[in-house]
Amino acid sequence: MEFLYKPWPWYVAGPVIGLAVPMLLLMGNKRLGISSTLRHICAACVPASIPLFQYDWKKEIWNLWFVGGILVGGFIGGVLMNDGSVVLMPREIFNWSEVVTTRGLIMMVAGGFMVGFGTRYARGCTSGHGILGLSALQWPSLVAIMSFFLGGILFSNFVVPYLV
Amino acid sequence: MKNLKYALVGIVFGLALTKGEAISWFRIQEMFHFESFHMYGIFMTAVPVGALSLLIIRKFSVKTFSGDVIEMPKKEYHHGVIIGGLIFGFGWALTGACPGPLYAQIGSGYTVTIVTLFAALAGTWVFGRIQRYLPD
Repeated sequence: MEFLYKPWPWYVAGPVIGLAVPMLLLMGNKRLGISSTLRHICAACVPASIPLFQYDWKKEIWNLWFVGGILVGGFIGGVLMNDGSVVLMPREIFNWSEVVTTRGLIMMVAGGFMVGFGTRYARGCTSGHGILGLSALQWPSLVAIMSFFLGGILFSNFVVPYLV
Repeated sequence: MKNLKYALVGIVFGLALTKGEAISWFRIQEMFHFESFHMYGIFMTAVPVGALSLLIIRKFSVKTFSGDVIEMPKKEYHHGVIIGGLIFGFGWALTGACPGPLYAQIGSGYTVTIVTLFAALAGTWVFGRIQRYLPD
């Protein structure tokens, strides 16, 4: 049973991730996309007569079920199938007592804010542009993913080292 | 429950993200420092699997399970893919999470990442609020 606890190599995880593209299309013409769920939650909870949130979010409810599944998948993979040897986050930063420190505010609050702001601005994230868009050979998605990486390379190399 | 099947796809997707360590903050830093092939390997296998399945769907006009015509995804260019893309990249490096991992990180036991998710919701909302003042 040892193998259950081990991380998956990229050549197992990658194809499984890619299979979500045809599965969602075959099940009901759904396009893989995750940052859209942030928009649906805003539309459902605080639409505030903002044009971006004026649409029938209930028609997109499948998307919320999908990310609910991702959360459960995270629990199965990160808790049930983990004997504690796989550490995914630096606990000294990502813990509740750090939220109110400068570092915690920058990394979790400002970082999360930029994830939500940027993905909506780009109309897609690593799944919608990175996996689905590239799979469908859409050049705007290639521009998007190159921008994601450029932003990430800059911050990971020149900002994160001063925080950790 | 016609939506339950999407939750099942989500579970498998989230499991692969987690066991593949694509939700790992350490793996994301490593990727942005070009120190390991792992994350690139995930992209370089996920995308061809997606592309090949779209090719098969198109070539053989495969229908959905309920018999509908499958519409091919199309992404329009706008300057937001660059400007928003860069901003997202900054946040990705800080949090180690793109939107999928936001959810998986919470499930994987790092409950504080709920804060990251709420911050992302706030970011989405603020974008909606100021969208008309921003270049598209």
